[in-house]
Amino acid sequence: MSLGQFLLVAVLAVPALGALAVAAIPHDRAARLVGAIAAALTLVAALALVAGRSGTWTAYGPTAPGVRPWHTVDSPWVPGLDLRFHLGVDGISWPLVVLTALLTLLCCGYSLWRVPAGGSGRALVALLLVVEVGILGTFLALDLVLFFLFFEVVLLPMYAIIVGWGGDGSDPASVAARRRAGRKFALYTLFGSVLLLVGVYVVVAAAGTADIVALTGGTGLSRGTQLAAFTLLALAFAVKSPLWPLHSWLPDAHTQAPTVGSVLLAGVLLKMGTYGLIRVAVGVTPEGARWAAPVLGVLAVAAILVGSLVCLAQTELKRLIAYSSVGHMGFVLLGVATLTATGIQAALIGNVAHGIITGLLFFLAGAIKDRTHTGALSELSGLRETAPRLAGLLAFAAVASLGLPGLAGFWGEAFAVVAAVEVGGPLWITLAVLAAFGGALTAAYLLRLLRRVTHGPPSPVVAALRSGLPGDPADLAPPRAAQAGGTGVAGAGQAGGTGAAGSRLAGAEVAAWAPLVLLALAVGLAPTLVLGVAEGPVEALMGVLR
Amino acid sequence: MNEPVVSMVQSVDSVALLPAYLAAGTAVLVLLVDLLLARPAATVATAAAGAVATVVGAAAVGAGGVRRTFCVGTDCSYVFGGRAALVAALVAVLVLGVLALSGPLLRAGATPVGEFCFLLACSMAGGVVLGAAGDLITLIVAVETLTLPLYILVGLRRGSLASAEAAVTFFVVSVIATTVTLLGAALLYATTGALHLERLGVALADGSELLDLPLTGVAVTLVVAGLAFKVAAVPFHAWAPATYDGAPLPVAAYLSTASKLGGVVALLAVVQFALPQGVTGPVLALVAVLTMTVGNLVALRQRRTVRLLAWSSVAQAGYILAPLGALALADADARSGAYAAALAYAVFFVLLELAAFAGVVALRPAGADGGRLDDLRGAARRHPWVGAALAFALVGLAGLPPALAGLFAKVTVVRALLAGDAGWLALVVAVNAVIGLAYYLRFAALLYAPTGAVPAVPAGQAVPAVPAVPAGQAAAGAASTGDAVTAAVRPARVVTLALAVATVLAVIVGFAPQLVLDLTGN
Repeated sequence: MSLGQFLLVAVLAVPALGALAVAAIPHDRAARLVGAIAAALTLVAALALVAGRSGTWTAYGPTAPGVRPWHTVDSPWVPGLDLRFHLGVDGISWPLVVLTALLTLLCCGYSLWRVPAGGSGRALVALLLVVEVGILGTFLALDLVLFFLFFEVVLLPMYAIIVGWGGDGSDPASVAARRRAGRKFALYTLFGSVLLLVGVYVVVAAAGTADIVALTGGTGLSRGTQLAAFTLLALAFAVKSPLWPLHSWLPDAHTQAPTVGSVLLAGVLLKMGTYGLIRVAVGVTPEGARWAAPVLGVLAVAAILVGSLVCLAQTELKRLIAYSSVGHMGFVLLGVATLTATGIQAALIGNVAHGIITGLLFFLAGAIKDRTHTGALSELSGLRETAPRLAGLLAFAAVASLGLPGLAGFWGEAFAVVAAVEVGGPLWITLAVLAAFGGALTAAYLLRLLRRVTHGPPSPVVAALRSGLPGDPADLAPPRAAQAGGTGVAGAGQAGGTGAAGSRLAGAEVAAWAPLVLLALAVGLAPTLVLGVAEGPVEALMGVLR
Repeated sequence: MNEPVVSMVQSVDSVALLPAYLAAGTAVLVLLVDLLLARPAATVATAAAGAVATVVGAAAVGAGGVRRTFCVGTDCSYVFGGRAALVAALVAVLVLGVLALSGPLLRAGATPVGEFCFLLACSMAGGVVLGAAGDLITLIVAVETLTLPLYILVGLRRGSLASAEAAVTFFVVSVIATTVTLLGAALLYATTGALHLERLGVALADGSELLDLPLTGVAVTLVVAGLAFKVAAVPFHAWAPATYDGAPLPVAAYLSTASKLGGVVALLAVVQFALPQGVTGPVLALVAVLTMTVGNLVALRQRRTVRLLAWSSVAQAGYILAPLGALALADADARSGAYAAALAYAVFFVLLELAAFAGVVALRPAGADGGRLDDLRGAARRHPWVGAALAFALVGLAGLPPALAGLFAKVTVVRALLAGDAGWLALVVAVNAVIGLAYYLRFAALLYAPTGAVPAVPAGQAVPAVPAVPAGQAAAGAASTGDAVTAAVRPARVVTLALAVATVLAVIVGFAPQLVLDLTGN
């Protein structure tokens, strides 16, 4: 077993074993620590995957397959179901693998410091690690059936996170709300994944193999099969991504999920859909993709416009950020729909950028909600006055999200539009114009968000934060008392531990956010971090699509 | 005149019959032990030992290749091969599991131990013969031997009106079903002159002019319909929920696992060997669609635990039948794949279903019925391991990870359907899996729900209030007392053991489903 193969297995085995260990250790804090260590080791293994890039890279040639993984592990598992344990990593999946490992580590680290009310901390960390296994497995799988398997793994743990630790308050109404949101999430996503199951076996039954490497390019599949399979697969991934009009599970799930759940949901879970669209739907059934591209493009632009317009009317912080995901994923899907190298590159970097920025936004929204116990924009204003650092970070994240050049959000959105223009023709030019207009709307709602939350005179809940100024020796006890009086949510911060209140940023918060801030800058200034590794694989994919 | 001389003295291969001897011997021995020793523990131990012996015997004989006996010419009435061994072993394992589940029930004293064990062993003998049946009469007699003892077992809860009602419903429906099957078999004999499954298959092969006879169509329909009763397929399902809910919990577990498996095996045998696929395929496809859809939709609205499991097992029967329904279109390769898929699904299903029932039995007071779903609210918080195992079984029945056994079961069926060019049926199965998740998830989430969320009277106050409340509120009061009882109960050790074994088995076949696929494939 080479080092690369060892790393591939380790990336999945470490979090899986970590989850078991966390579940087995009775002591809560020790268990959470073990979970964080497992997540850290996973990140190390994921990063190391790039270092040992193998020589298959140079194997360009007329017969080269559309997927040329750096490392692969391939062993039979269930021959009766055409299922092989076939993993591999290349430039398309690697950035997402690292992003997943990073966000999970940040979430586990954050959970060391703060566990939302509802259940034990170690159960939460164990579930986070299981979710990580599912997401990483989806990105690494090179077998269609294995891909489906990992796709499904994510479903129930995420449901449990939303229902167990989500929402705020334990009154019956909010319990019912988060249960509804969780159930909606579970049923919607299962609907997507059963379509994936059928689509996968339509391909497998026709081609006689489930090997993604062999299948990429659509070899051996008739046009009819490709159209049917693409329809099923695209529907499945459209639910996950989510693509308008199949998005309605997303705002509820994101709003009700606890901070760490929202971060993982928005940060990487949605990427399973877009990644699947590129690797499986477009890769395996290119003819179907060409056939459906205009429809996909129109829906993507509709998602951009609808998402932005809905955001303009949102009154709740987390819900607004959740809906903004619909718009941003619209840009990613527009990039995929163009079926050009530029478009796919835009989709890949858009994926990563959205993961970084929205992860950060959800962390910040969680921090604001933890402090003020409200997410209503009407009750929040003047955060700049009482919590300048928090307000500054929020402004940074919002500006990055709206696609300011120099920050990560820019590249994906700009190049999706460019790719649509490049395709040409009246339809795609119109789509490009509308998408660009959607980009302007994105700026409008994010600036509105900033105006409402950070500017203006401090609202009562925000003003209550003032008593926790940095350096104030009594900044631990009084703010919570003040909040309890000010908002009437007595005891809501019970699981918060120290430092949740007040304007000061806790060390854990800074530690969780700093990598995301730095990455947003780094990817913005040097997009080659993502595009450099993705260039070769995308070219290879384009090679077999033509 | 030219007929080959067929010896009227049949040679009997006793090795092939060994598992059946063991199972039937168990029944006799249980009766004797109960009569002579009259010690409940000894009786149960005898039955359990007999079941273990049957498992071992079936495995040993099955490993030695196909054995035929009671042959007339080339047609044999008893063919003990790999599949028969699998069915026999599975039935015996299920009997063992059900015996374990009945521990608290038998200890509670309301049920006569000797009769219970004897009837269960008789039923096991039917199940063992069933898998090996090679002609229609053996098949029907085996199915009857499997189900006949259940009429009494269902009604064995003394002093329970629901139990007696359930027994009568089950008896009447089942007898009618048997009559219908027998009539079908008689008509088939009238048209073809054959009873052996393989000879029927030859006589009714594609292109045979017998297929144009209306009588053949009627006969085939009657046989299939009669057996569909046994698997509780829609529209022959109405008996199942009432019967399951009225029966003692372990018997309900047996009904929904071993009895259902028996129906599936019988249906499989006639469809695979005897009846023309062109006729049965579309009929079974329709029945499968109806069964899963109706089962799932009605299960959504259930508030009683066993009724929910009953309706869900109706739906599961639909998934099992689905591959059989796709046969009309498929080629021979896809056909054998479809039979294997149906049987594989049944194996995964009975394992998970047994675990689910074991979980419910463990969480309910000794000898109690399934109660309402609300009685189990928060049970996993009080009994984390048992609750987790029950939730695992439910998730498996829904077909999702981490219960990979259930996932692979669904995958097997969908794969067989797509290989048989029945994509539309695969989509129906897929959509039904989503509906199924809705109630399985509700049930599983309920186990973890905080008990405080119920706007119920504290248990301490509810108990004295019960006699005084008017009829309308009695149900609510009973629910909260039921909750109080559940909170106090400790799962019986033997039930926990059965649950643990079923869960471990489900985990093992979840990671190595090839084991099941290999067993069902040959």
